[in-house]
Amino acid sequence: MARIIVITSGKGGVGKTTTAAAMAMGLAQRGHRTAVIDFDVGLRNLDLIMGCERRVVYDFVNVINGEANLNQALIRDKRCDSLYVLPASQTRDKEALTQEGVGKVLEELGKGHDYIVCDSPAGIEHGANMAMYFADDAVVVTNPEVSSVRDSDRMLGILASKSRRAEQDDEPIKEHLLLTRYSADRVERGEMLSVDDVQEILSLNLLGVIPESQAVLNASNAGIPVVLDNESNAGRAYNDMVARYLGEDLPMRFLDTERKGIFSRLFRG
Amino acid sequence: MGLLDVFRSNRNKGSASVAKERLQILVAHDRAYRNRPSYLPKLQQEILEVIRKYVEVDLDAVSVNYEQDDDQEFLELNIVLPDAAGRG
Repeated sequence: MARIIVITSGKGGVGKTTTAAAMAMGLAQRGHRTAVIDFDVGLRNLDLIMGCERRVVYDFVNVINGEANLNQALIRDKRCDSLYVLPASQTRDKEALTQEGVGKVLEELGKGHDYIVCDSPAGIEHGANMAMYFADDAVVVTNPEVSSVRDSDRMLGILASKSRRAEQDDEPIKEHLLLTRYSADRVERGEMLSVDDVQEILSLNLLGVIPESQAVLNASNAGIPVVLDNESNAGRAYNDMVARYLGEDLPMRFLDTERKGIFSRLFRG
Repeated sequence: MGLLDVFRSNRNKGSASVAKERLQILVAHDRAYRNRPSYLPKLQQEILEVIRKYVEVDLDAVSVNYEQDDDQEFLELNIVLPDAAGRG
């Protein structure tokens, strides 16, 4: 049976899809059979970030409705053999994701995979609930910013009360924190919440800190998950995240500003 | 504010500390609200109905407050009765 990981946040635009793509690709690259599912029905984006948007024939809702079987809808990644993408549909209504239907698809996927990564839509409504309902692990993606931290805390409340594990009184979902768009510079200047500030409020297992980076936009422009860009700090930080998820004990990187010379300090804009 | 304070405040008192304080209050409030028993609204409604059998009170005359400490829970009921003239 596969382990199900939901990438969630509450707030939109914090980096869920980028993180889902990175997590899935990272796990697959390490040899784990991995599937990543886009739960954002109506606003699908994962296929774009993964660079497989032109290969979408059938989607998640088609499978739930029995209009296609799972193998017809799954897209095998061209860079990594053990990675499959299940895209969301573009136009159907959100209620198409029934709990029963989602459960069946996850069960079938679970037979041939080690990990299933669920990319949750923003918000705390139906799609987000479906994405997290069956999860074993949750990665709560948070920006160091007030509304994102608050929404993450609300999402923690939902994970603790409305998931299958909560309803069946099983061991609760394992919650992890991923801080994204982190600017060490601004933290040092006192303009941005630090890792410690956020942890004082949320106190979760810290899976990683992804620095704000040009590389993320470049990667999504090209349809190449940023985790494959090992030249960039963001790519390396995402690789660390995957390794930590798999149990490696790595120190956090990119939390300090690079020491600047006196001239760049004097002439900083 | 002295000259030295200008430098000091620039160093330590950025907007991040304001953000953190606001968040701590907000999140504590959210959590308290979340942890309230789900029967509270119904309880409030039913108490109000009982009271209105005997005394004419406004619809917002009953407030129910729930608080939680480490080892005890408080249920606080506050019922505002109209002044003596209005009582039947």
